[in-house]
Amino acid sequence: MSVEPSVDLGAPVDTALAVEVINLSRVFTGRKGATVTALDNVSLTVRPGEFVSLIGPSGCGKSTLLRLIADLDTPTRGTIAVFGTSARQARVNQAYGIAFQQAGLLPWRTVTGNIELPLELHGAGKAARQARAAELLDLVGLTDFAASYPDQLSGGMQQRVAIARALAESPRLLLMDEPFGALDEMTRERMQNELVRICGETGAAVVFVTHSIPEAVFLSDRVVVMSPRPGRIRDVLPVRLGETGKRGENLREEEAFFRAVRQVRELLHGEAPDRLRGVETR
Amino acid sequence: MRARSEPAAALWRRVVVGAMGVVVLALVWELYKLLGPADGVLVGTTTVLPRTTDLAMPHLWVMGGRVLEPVNGASAALPMWLVVLQASLFTLGIAAVGWLVGVAVGLALALVMQRFRAAESAILPWIILSQTVPLIAIAPLVRRWGAQIHLGEFTWENWMSVALIASYLAFFPVSVGALRGLSSPDANHVDLMRCYAAGWWKTLWRLRLPASVGYLLPALGLAAASAVIGTVVAEVSIALRGGIGRLIVEYAGAAGGDPGKPWAPIFGSVLVGLVAAGFVGLIGVVLRRFRRGEVAV
Ligand SMILES: Nc1ncnc2c1ncn2[C@@H]1O[C@H](COP(=O)(O)OP(=O)(O)OP(=O)(O)O)[C@@H](O)[C@H]1O
Ligand SMILES: [Mg+2]
Repeated sequence: MSVEPSVDLGAPVDTALAVEVINLSRVFTGRKGATVTALDNVSLTVRPGEFVSLIGPSGCGKSTLLRLIADLDTPTRGTIAVFGTSARQARVNQAYGIAFQQAGLLPWRTVTGNIELPLELHGAGKAARQARAAELLDLVGLTDFAASYPDQLSGGMQQRVAIARALAESPRLLLMDEPFGALDEMTRERMQNELVRICGETGAAVVFVTHSIPEAVFLSDRVVVMSPRPGRIRDVLPVRLGETGKRGENLREEEAFFRAVRQVRELLHGEAPDRLRGVETR
Repeated sequence: MRARSEPAAALWRRVVVGAMGVVVLALVWELYKLLGPADGVLVGTTTVLPRTTDLAMPHLWVMGGRVLEPVNGASAALPMWLVVLQASLFTLGIAAVGWLVGVAVGLALALVMQRFRAAESAILPWIILSQTVPLIAIAPLVRRWGAQIHLGEFTWENWMSVALIASYLAFFPVSVGALRGLSSPDANHVDLMRCYAAGWWKTLWRLRLPASVGYLLPALGLAAASAVIGTVVAEVSIALRGGIGRLIVEYAGAAGGDPGKPWAPIFGSVLVGLVAAGFVGLIGVVLRRFRRGEVAV
């Protein structure tokens, strides 16, 4: 795969940040001129290979931020750079892969056909497509279901196909909007383990939207806590509990995990960040 | 094995239910003929149920038997079924041309409306309005206009007028159904195609057209029925010889002495309708991959 090796600080190959958002605002104008400030002056950077979660109450602009990075929407003010280019250019370059809350598979295509879709659209040859699809199916553990149709799969399996599809062109950035939101707790944890493993293997940077605090803590290098009306970043919490790809089940039982969960929760519930940092150092 | 035999059983059930429907219809006909009053059922002076005389309601076997006999007394007369079959094929051919033109025009309109938002509000009301013009009114017009067309070798013939009128009816359900189908993909899927930087054509081919199949198939079926009806009616209004429409008018006059005769071309038109519906059903089978998620057929 043509993916950069897992990036630590200052990889020599690519010094550009994966995502650089500066003073970004997005104001929606409804009918009758009413405005909603979905994002207000948000700045955020994501380094190559870094896993960043966005967490916050409903309506705080997480999806809006993700859609702006994906160039599915245009900002009212501010700039977005993805790997040093504009968001639009990054989209045209296929710099990112994306997965939404609904798996969004095309029902008339088999699992393989769905994974091959982006490759097909961008003119990859048949043999190359098949090889890549087989590789990805192996990665998400669905080799036996290559020829199945989406309606023959469970929700979790569909979501894994969607993730495989997002990874199809070996993007160095993954954008995920509550991809596990519709799954039960057990499946969810298994998917989280898989995602951590996949990120370890591919070295992709991830911007991950979630409502679940443990999920954010388990997966992330940094957790971005947002607040609503207007959508702002309240605080950014470094969590990184162990090497990517080496995080296992037992991490969820560790003291550090619980501590991070508590910190994020307190931030979400609006405790002053300063006091919290005090707690942290004790 | 179970998975294979279940659809087969379902198919059989459908065939049996379909056959039962025909049998029930035949029974109702014969029962009413047997039990109903000879002068029909009247409310005041209005007849609400037909007379049951052999003239008004011939026995089914009279209709059936008549089909096997020659058309008329002439010594060289062909058997009725052959004449009706030839007329059916003639009508079917014109209806098919009308259907094809109608489907092409309907699809093209739907594509334009999908592509350009403004076009939808500009065109759609006219499409709906077009169907309120009575067929009888436009048939002579089409014929007269057509008669004035001469392009080198090409001359407009009457059957083309009939096909045009058939397509005039057929394009309507297709344009409306296709427009709904083309706009049916989830915002999610449309976003996905945008993420892939896929242009309008690629999005059309990979997403919008496949997604529209479920809407398109019923529309194609409606269009086929409309094309057949349009052809038969237009044959009458334009006075085109050779088709079922003509036979229906011609034989209706014979009902007095030969009550089974008018029914033969009516069965012919039913046959044409069945063939048309079967053809659309076949398209549905070919495209069944795109109908996943619909209720099992
Ligand atoms: N297309 C739109 N038009 C108008 N307002 C919008 C639009 N999209 C989002 N908004 C508004 O922007 C705000 C942020 O929405 P967004 O979807 O980003 O929230 P979110 O954080 O993803 O919420 P959730 O966790 O429920 O998904 C909301 O108040 C919403 O009403
Ligand atoms: Mg959201």
